[in-house]
Amino acid sequence: MSVTPATSLFVQVTVNGERYEREVPARRLLVHFLRDDLDLTGTHIGCDTGSCGACTVHLDGVPVKSCSVLAAQVDGASITTVEGLAGDEQTPLQRSFAEHHALQCGYCTPGMLMSATALLEQNPTPTEDEVRVALQGNICRCTGYWNIIEAVLAVGQNR
Amino acid sequence: MTTVEAQETTLQKGFVGQSVPRKEDRRLVEGQGVFFDDVKRHGMGYLHFVRSPYPHARILSIDVSAALELPGVYGTLTGDEVAILTDPFFQIAAEPGGSIKDYALAVGKVRYVGEPVAAVVAESRELARDAAELVMVDYEPLDVLVDARKALEPDAPVLHEECGGNMTYEGRWEWGDVDAAFDAADHVVKISELHFDRFNSTPLELDGALVEYNRGTTQWTITTNNQFPGFAVIMMAPAMRVGTDKLRMVTQDIGGGFGNKITSHPQLVACCLLARKLNRPIQWTEWRTDFHQSMSHGNERWFLDTEVAVTADGTMTAFRTKALDDAGAYLRYEPLGGVIWAQVAPGMYGWRNIRLDFTQVLTNKAPCSPNRGYSRMQHLWFTERIVDIVAQELGFDRVELRKKNFVQPDQMPYETPNGCVYDSGDYPASLDLVLELIGYETIEQRREEAAARGKLLGLGIGSTLDSGTNNFGQSQLINPELQFSGNNEVATVKLDIFGEVVVTLGTTPQGQSHETTAAQVVADVLGCDVDLVHVRAGHDSYWNSHAGFSGTYASQFAVTGLGAVKGAAEMLAEQMKTLASMVFQCPVEAIELADGFARLADNHEAALPFMALGAIPNANNAGFPIDPPPMNARFVYRPPFDVPDKERKFGKLTLTYAMQIHACVVEVDPETGVYELVDYAAVDDCGVRVNPKIVEGQVMGATAHAIGAAMFESFTYDEDGNLLTPNFYDYHVPHTLDMPPLKTGAVESPSPFTSLGTKGMGEGGGGGIHAISAALQDALRAAGAPIVTDSHNPYHRVFELLRHPERARAKVEVTPPSLQAGRPSGGE
Repeated sequence: MSVTPATSLFVQVTVNGERYEREVPARRLLVHFLRDDLDLTGTHIGCDTGSCGACTVHLDGVPVKSCSVLAAQVDGASITTVEGLAGDEQTPLQRSFAEHHALQCGYCTPGMLMSATALLEQNPTPTEDEVRVALQGNICRCTGYWNIIEAVLAVGQNR
Repeated sequence: MTTVEAQETTLQKGFVGQSVPRKEDRRLVEGQGVFFDDVKRHGMGYLHFVRSPYPHARILSIDVSAALELPGVYGTLTGDEVAILTDPFFQIAAEPGGSIKDYALAVGKVRYVGEPVAAVVAESRELARDAAELVMVDYEPLDVLVDARKALEPDAPVLHEECGGNMTYEGRWEWGDVDAAFDAADHVVKISELHFDRFNSTPLELDGALVEYNRGTTQWTITTNNQFPGFAVIMMAPAMRVGTDKLRMVTQDIGGGFGNKITSHPQLVACCLLARKLNRPIQWTEWRTDFHQSMSHGNERWFLDTEVAVTADGTMTAFRTKALDDAGAYLRYEPLGGVIWAQVAPGMYGWRNIRLDFTQVLTNKAPCSPNRGYSRMQHLWFTERIVDIVAQELGFDRVELRKKNFVQPDQMPYETPNGCVYDSGDYPASLDLVLELIGYETIEQRREEAAARGKLLGLGIGSTLDSGTNNFGQSQLINPELQFSGNNEVATVKLDIFGEVVVTLGTTPQGQSHETTAAQVVADVLGCDVDLVHVRAGHDSYWNSHAGFSGTYASQFAVTGLGAVKGAAEMLAEQMKTLASMVFQCPVEAIELADGFARLADNHEAALPFMALGAIPNANNAGFPIDPPPMNARFVYRPPFDVPDKERKFGKLTLTYAMQIHACVVEVDPETGVYELVDYAAVDDCGVRVNPKIVEGQVMGATAHAIGAAMFESFTYDEDGNLLTPNFYDYHVPHTLDMPPLKTGAVESPSPFTSLGTKGMGEGGGGGIHAISAALQDALRAAGAPIVTDSHNPYHRVFELLRHPERARAKVEVTPPSLQAGRPSGGE
């Protein structure tokens, strides 16, 4: 008996607290679903190999590289992107990035913020080594990371 | 991380000189930046390039029919169409390189793996990629040329037959009396081969554009991240047989550039042709592998048969060398690298006698474009290698050798042998500062401690210049027929109806914080708060705030961009004072701008808010006996340059010389060659710092790029012409865990040649590459004393130096030979 593979699937997903229902091609990556279908362009793409972390989002609270997840896999899930971090005001981490000059071009910043936010949720007062380990999957080509590490540490120290 | 200020900052009160928070940050940390790939248009088609799998092959046929039959495919473009619809791009090179025919897509032949041969446009990214795989290209493979040193051999494969060979440019650059200096020398140090490796700074955002064609006005709007739109339109418009006004260039946020985004004009032309052909917006976003294979590598360069003349007291009087530059398969921005190095011909040293025979050749590798530190970095690595090799081989202390040979502070401004003028700086004091930061006093003790742990410890210094504000007249030194000279940048500053201060620029920042620093300058001139100044993000040809050299490249914004901003702000300030004097019926001199008002200097009650001044010419202008000033100023900054002397290859090639001295400490495992950067310090002097925090950020970024290039990053090709590092798995860029502890220091030597005392900065001179080469050489003195001859030193290359130091030692020779002090100091 032959089976015809599905070429598209119906997905219900909550992104930044808002519920979306979409028919998506089966092979569409989550990052393209967020950027192209939902117009949430804060999540960026920097490579083809899952190496750079610019596309990091939270999937049910866990940081994932959205280039390595299919849109079809997030049916029923809750996702947070960089656009969902700030409410009425920015988070302490967002403010700390600005205060410590932890961004220049800003292209890696959404992924950095998502990885660092996840770290601080798990470990509110990380050591420098813990920050470095938590961010090793995120590439920044502007800052050399020093100010990013300082920005994350400062949030922990201020708690 | 530690920051040290060498002295009190030199600046007056006001916003300039303060680390004002960045205006860019709010949108960028909230995910609200607008990068080109974020922009969408109704009905747009996604473009995917079909790329060559061969490094060198004749194209026999291209069949796009299967791709076109796929539902959802909008259309295609091939090289044959491009050859009909466009002319070859203008070449900067004179003959023979000037004969190269370079188009938006390969025509007749492919010359490197990844070269675009056709383009497919479809309704989705995925479909365009699928359809590209259905394009059938028949190739006839040809012999491959990978090693530049073989490019001029009689039987070498020829890339561009119309060039008559693989040489694109050659020239002798000679100043002083080189042979006499060698005759008078007490020592001559000969280095047979040095190699600066091929890499680039791999911005995280890839190249691309959204291109729209307006059939009514026959104009294209190109929303892109090209970082030098002035150059792009000069290249694109003649090739497309249209005027430059038909190409509207638009940018907002750009995700890093580092020079690599200067040469995307071929791909932009392909997008333009397809937007017109298919009558729909074309979206092109490069893939990471596409970028690594095809987009603008940094120049790879060999220095062959180098000789250095040294007197008994350690004065380096002359060097001569043969520079062999590997440009890859097309010239694009080249052969400008053949002159750019001459901005820093003697490095930071007092060499008066220099001979450099420059030859540039083609190979079956990706084309080159500027990469942070463009062409000067290669040359400064060379001069730093000379200094450390001379010190080691002749037994001089490398710190003292530097201090003795540095251009001295009392010589500033200093004219180099080729007519460049180093504007200001105190190199010996800056060296002292970095040595203090790195703990030079205790280095021998640390070396012993490391040895007790079985590690080889070494310290290295990299002293470099970051020359900024090009005189484009230098292009005439490699092609006398060119009609480019000087430089410029444009800014407008206006008061709008409700008193809004609005600034536009021609620049294309990629993280350099132009919105912030421009606002600081304007606020100081107009006497208002920095938060009241609105600087438009990015570049738009429609703003009329650009000129032929507009863009963001080559360490110049603090001079050209802010020079334009200051000029425009001062023009507006004059207009505001004039208008206030008309209202108050007093002399212009009686008016001052302060606290957000134009007011009588001796009566602050008589004050007009900016809102009133903006409203008068814009919306409330009746009753004035003469026209009120328009509250709108446009200023073109032009640096004071002459065309250099083409015969002598002499003249001011750049306006300012920022300086960096880096120092680092490495620990090498002698069994494996694995090494670690255990300490790092960087001192930067870029004159007046408009925003110290932003300056330090640039220093850090340049440091990180240098560490990556020295340790990890290489565009390595196999002998068949395949790139071995086509993605971020194989091309390792530094991660958080790779970064050493860092101390930074700042010195401020204001430039006497610029309106703010600033110097262009940001590129750095590759100081970390030089420092790491030197540190490895120092560490390995106790292991056979090999000299370090490559800029790129991954662990396996250090392992090779440890196993066979004699192979590296064979590349250096001292005459007379009895003087050679660089013999191994430790057990082999």
